[in-house]
Amino acid sequence: MSDFVENENEAAAGFYGDDFQLRGDNEQTKIDTNFASMGYWKEVRFRFLSNKSAVFSLAAILIIMFFAFVGPKMTKYTYSGQNLPQKNYAPRIPGFDDTPIFNGNEKLNTTTGSKIINGYKANGDLNVYYWFGSDVLGRDIWTRTWMGTRVSLYIAVVAVLIDMIVGLSYGLISGYFGGVVDSVMQRFSEIVNGIPRLVIVTLLMLILKPGIATIIFALMITEWIGMSRIARAEMLNLKEREFVLASRTLGAGNFSIIFREILPNIIGQIITQTMFSIPTAIFTEAFLSFVGLGIPVPQCSLGSLISDAFNSFTTHSYQIVPPILILALLMLCFNMLADGLREALDPKMKEM
Amino acid sequence: MKKYILKRILISLFTLLAITLVLFILLQLMPGSPFNDEKLSDDQRAVLYAKYGLDKPIYIQFFKYVANMFRGDFGVSYNISKNTPISQLIAQRLPVSIKIGFQAVFIGALIGLMLGIIAAVWHNTIWDTLSTIVSVIGVSIPSYVFALALSYQFGFKLRWFPMLYSTSREFYSSMLPSISLCMFTLASIARFTRTEMLESLNSEYIQLAESKGIYGFRLIWRHALRNTLIPIITVLAPLIVDLMTGSLVVEKIFAIPGVGSLLVTAITSNDYNVVISLSFIYSAMYIGIMLVVDILYGVIDPRIRLSGAVNE
Repeated sequence: MSDFVENENEAAAGFYGDDFQLRGDNEQTKIDTNFASMGYWKEVRFRFLSNKSAVFSLAAILIIMFFAFVGPKMTKYTYSGQNLPQKNYAPRIPGFDDTPIFNGNEKLNTTTGSKIINGYKANGDLNVYYWFGSDVLGRDIWTRTWMGTRVSLYIAVVAVLIDMIVGLSYGLISGYFGGVVDSVMQRFSEIVNGIPRLVIVTLLMLILKPGIATIIFALMITEWIGMSRIARAEMLNLKEREFVLASRTLGAGNFSIIFREILPNIIGQIITQTMFSIPTAIFTEAFLSFVGLGIPVPQCSLGSLISDAFNSFTTHSYQIVPPILILALLMLCFNMLADGLREALDPKMKEM
Repeated sequence: MKKYILKRILISLFTLLAITLVLFILLQLMPGSPFNDEKLSDDQRAVLYAKYGLDKPIYIQFFKYVANMFRGDFGVSYNISKNTPISQLIAQRLPVSIKIGFQAVFIGALIGLMLGIIAAVWHNTIWDTLSTIVSVIGVSIPSYVFALALSYQFGFKLRWFPMLYSTSREFYSSMLPSISLCMFTLASIARFTRTEMLESLNSEYIQLAESKGIYGFRLIWRHALRNTLIPIITVLAPLIVDLMTGSLVVEKIFAIPGVGSLLVTAITSNDYNVVISLSFIYSAMYIGIMLVVDILYGVIDPRIRLSGAVNE
């Protein structure tokens, strides 16, 4: 945003061409620049777009989302279809038969030294291509990776909803009504917060069947606290302001004050907090699936794929690379995106 | 101050009690009872119930349960190793986990502090960028990804460290797990130190110190760092949580005989008693640490005492 105000805007800014005289070096007089005033959202968009890592993250997330939806349909394999004779094939992509990684060769370390084998050639499957290879049961890793990514993205959406519905309302109500309501609600959230997440999740796994519903339930119990704190603090900050008083004088009810007066004023912090809860949620799911408490077979998630591939990761290390890479990329990008959004939405806020 | 500490202690105790109640209820709901043998007649069962206090009203059973938990008597394991007292199982494994966790915190805090200071002192240079990149990666990428990468590269390829934990080479084999666990600690401390350090470097007392002729290492060490260290206590609590969950997976990857791997085995083999005892221990440890952090923070920063709690 360096558009120096040109002639046609000068009148609007209150200056005319001959108000000031240029003195000496032209370069030095450009130290002060005038900015046209911008709306809040325009400013946010501008600040966000000037943050390279945040834009890159957004692009990467969009690409991953695209593949999560389209990827499984791009091959003829299904995520659960097993083909045992074609197990443990290394990645092979048509047209890449001469490139080192994607030519279907893999190096096997044996006690007598290492040798290079190519499952496709050895079994005569010359027209078969597994883009990311196949796993111990002969399932296509490409399809499974993207199916697993779908689960992670699904969890991300759920985390946002929980934050928005449970955490936000809890914090706003607690902060708005104050007094006894606030005390009771705050003690409750302090107690829930005092229980380690790990314990809540493990205990839930004992009573409920492992699966995506249980994971969502676990997230619902644990994920709302951070958001409720922020919403409450903001509410305490804003509820004594004049515009709230004005609106109350005009006869607005509690509901209308909370959601139509105060909520729009704290939307920035809320978006930031929501974005930060996404990586936590994705991590929780991947962690549970890795330990074996997550999605039941034959469904898969990034965590369960990593867990499966872990058992053979010294012999067929290509199997663990795609899910780990996607998981790491997702976590990294959501974190950087959240950082970028925080800086864009609230530049004054201290970086934590 | 006394009132503040008392309030924190009361809330912590209440939380622990609430957890114990939940655990007790869960235990009642669990399928299967040791006395479900069909060969037992009703009279025999009544005798057994009387012997173990199961004929008493439920609230007395609960009080007894609480007393047992706090005394460290958790009952016996059903599946993992039959009839071994759980306290014995845990006593063998807890030191291993604590040792690795402690090493991780130590390495992470040390390197994190150094990275943070470097980034703040040489602000907006290549060192700053590098340290920011390290901390973003460390915060975002789960510890087990580091664990897998390290174990592949340094354990399997280069063979510098053992891939699996062995009690005969404790220090060597605990290095990789500690490093993979420490990444999150390292990254968050580096990030936090950088922000706080930048703030104190720009403050007026540093200008005063500089005008008095203090510079270089002495300025940073004696004047800037001291004020930076205080707020770092706030990041300790979330770090400990991360160490707990992190240890579960890292212990699985490196086959460490610690508490985390015990919990995983207990869950997968449906050993409810062990799961519930471990949940109690995890909660007690967590609540204890949170309490210490809260009180420490209140002691250091008087403003906290007035507002009531750290996290508000």
